[in-house]
Amino acid sequence: MLATNGIPTAEELAPRIPPAERLKKGPVAVIECFQKIPCNPCYTACRVGAIEKFEDINDLPRIDFEKCTGCGLCISKCPGLAIFVVDETYSESEATVSMPFEFLPLPEEGQEVDLLDRSGAVVGRGRVVKVRKGKYEDRTPIVTVTVPKHLSMVVRNIRVGGGKK
Amino acid sequence: MKHAQIAVIGGGPAGLMAALAAAEMGAGVTLIDRNSRLGGQLVKQTHKFFGSEKQYASVRGVDIAEILSEKIKENPKIEVMLNSTVVAYYPDDGVLGIEVEEKKWVKMKAERIVVATGASEKFLLFENNDLPGIYGAGAVQTLMNEHGVLPGKNVLMVGAGNIGLIVSYQLMQAGVNVKAIIDAAPTIGGYWVHASKVARLGVPILTSYTVKAAYPNKMTGALERAVIWKLDENWKPVPGTEKVFNVDVMCIAVGLSPLAEILWQAGCRMKYVPELGGHVPVRNENMETTVPGIYVAGDVAGVEEASSAMMEGRLAGLSAAQSLGYDDGSCEEKKAEVKRELENLRSGPVGEKIRKGLSKLAS
Amino acid sequence: MRIEEHPILTFKRGREVEFTFNGKKMKGFEGEPIAAALHANGVRVLSYSKKLKRPRGFYCAIGNCSSCLMTVNGEPNVRVCTEKLREGMVIETQEGRGELN
Ligand SMILES: Cc1cc2nc3c(=O)[nH]c(=O)nc-3n(C[C@H](O)[C@H](O)[C@H](O)COP(=O)(O)OP(=O)(O)OC[C@H]3O[C@@H](n4cnc5c(N)ncnc54)[C@H](O)[C@@H]3O)c2cc1C
Ligand code: SF4
Ligand code: SF4
Ligand code: FES
Repeated sequence: MLATNGIPTAEELAPRIPPAERLKKGPVAVIECFQKIPCNPCYTACRVGAIEKFEDINDLPRIDFEKCTGCGLCISKCPGLAIFVVDETYSESEATVSMPFEFLPLPEEGQEVDLLDRSGAVVGRGRVVKVRKGKYEDRTPIVTVTVPKHLSMVVRNIRVGGGKK
Repeated sequence: MKHAQIAVIGGGPAGLMAALAAAEMGAGVTLIDRNSRLGGQLVKQTHKFFGSEKQYASVRGVDIAEILSEKIKENPKIEVMLNSTVVAYYPDDGVLGIEVEEKKWVKMKAERIVVATGASEKFLLFENNDLPGIYGAGAVQTLMNEHGVLPGKNVLMVGAGNIGLIVSYQLMQAGVNVKAIIDAAPTIGGYWVHASKVARLGVPILTSYTVKAAYPNKMTGALERAVIWKLDENWKPVPGTEKVFNVDVMCIAVGLSPLAEILWQAGCRMKYVPELGGHVPVRNENMETTVPGIYVAGDVAGVEEASSAMMEGRLAGLSAAQSLGYDDGSCEEKKAEVKRELENLRSGPVGEKIRKGLSKLAS
Repeated sequence: MRIEEHPILTFKRGREVEFTFNGKKMKGFEGEPIAAALHANGVRVLSYSKKLKRPRGFYCAIGNCSSCLMTVNGEPNVRVCTEKLREGMVIETQEGRGELN
């Protein structure tokens, strides 16, 4: 439970998961921000207006999944590192998850890495397909990895190298 | 004797904004900080900040410090004194005693003073809490993020407020292993997004736990082992629930209390408000204390956030300048805007504690 | 135990200088706090408390708490968490409140 260990339960997550219909159409943002805090850069970052205007800076972000293009511009602007982009159309058996990753070493494109869930437990292996680390990301690189399709809403971190711990 | 129109004590986010605001109105400012660089807590923060664009949201603390320091340096109305500690205030003649670098003394008479000295860390009581290796969270940050030295290899973090969570994340970034984060409260006090960040790195967060004791290495005398135990609903430790961690560092992040010595010396009326971190100065809506001409801003006025510290600093700076007659006609409107901004920041559920504290202070 | 590579920060360090700790030669960077240089050399016990002779390290690292008092170039009670390292400094542990001899 978020309030006691920082890990959302299935019930806590449910309202944040895009509908299955939308997931079939391509990449989309999953915003795992559950608490009213004074913060709004996700709204200012989105150029297509998919995140609704904040009436009050403490509002929870509300996203229009139909407007969201899955571009990922909001990922590195979110101070909570709470935004992920999931693409379930990547291939027959695999989805991709794009996530912020502020650690060294940074993986290379093509490299295999451990896939971790929200508690940091290893749940599989995946392949890095893209690393975005430009000026825009400002030292919050965005790593896109392949994951088995059924883990698209489970994998939220990676460990480079793997086999440790 | 040095003379200043407005002396700003402390160059954290509150002091930086106070200096810039007062200079914007045309007043001359002397900004004094005991550190060798400006920025206060900001220079140790590697993470991107919350808030809105007005408070530099999405910019890292360390970069906000850089941006504001540049603005200060470019401003001809602001003189900066670094490595300078204000150690005394003589209320009879309103003179500040400042120790500059290696034991050089400067006396300064200022027409207005903005105190923005921030806060200091609270201690925690347990057996052997004085062992080398048991550090305040701020000390760990200073060592690691300012000086590039690692505090150790394995850390137990005590406190799951924002500071405990963020410093844990920063330790992992620097390559240090955080074994667990514990907190005596039954729920996490910090932002859940910060908690989730460390949780997915594999760091367990254990609520309703406290430190039982720490044990030294026989050879070195420094910390080697920490024992924690669970608290029941009445916050009483439960024997038999002990867990042992082999750690060379224990990091204490159990809260801050305002660094208000100068305000005490000046005779400002203080009030004990636990929601604001301890004894805080009574002040009016322009951040002026009960001693006319002395203003406050930031954590020293109530432990909160950098975003609100900046806004309070701006308010104090504008008010101090205005009281000296520096006002191009825009001052009232600017002040009103800052007050609206502050109200916004504090309007949500996480601002409840602050709202409660401020209303206690006003009553 | 210095950070060589960091995902966010880069460290500007002064020139490398030598100093001694209880007679032992060590290296650090000019201008950094003495406590940081000692820590980087693995020294964590900085002093011993007066009454019980308990080992002490630093706690606040910003000059507030006095748990880091050492003798520097013969002068006792220097807060080494803020005092800057210089070439050739002679740094010694002291017991309790140091005295000039
Ligand atoms: C780990 C951590 C993470 C944080 N994360 C966030 C965040 O994400 N977002 C956010 O909004 N806030 C955050 N904060 C809180 C924020 O840093 C503080 O609320 C803010 O820095 C307070 O600003 P200030 O100017 O009042 O004090 P400080 O930043 O503490 O500055 C006080 C300054 O005064 C100087 N000083 C003190 N006494 C004297 C004296 N006698 N003479 C001369 N100079 C003196 C000090 O050297 C210091 O530079 C965080 C804090 C910590 C510790
Ligand atoms: S992924 Fe792109 S389109 Fe979707 S919410 Fe984020 S910024 Fe907007
Ligand atoms: S930027 Fe991130 S943390 Fe801030 S409101 Fe948006 S999703 Fe939440
Ligand atoms: S560690 Fe607190 S004064 Fe040096």
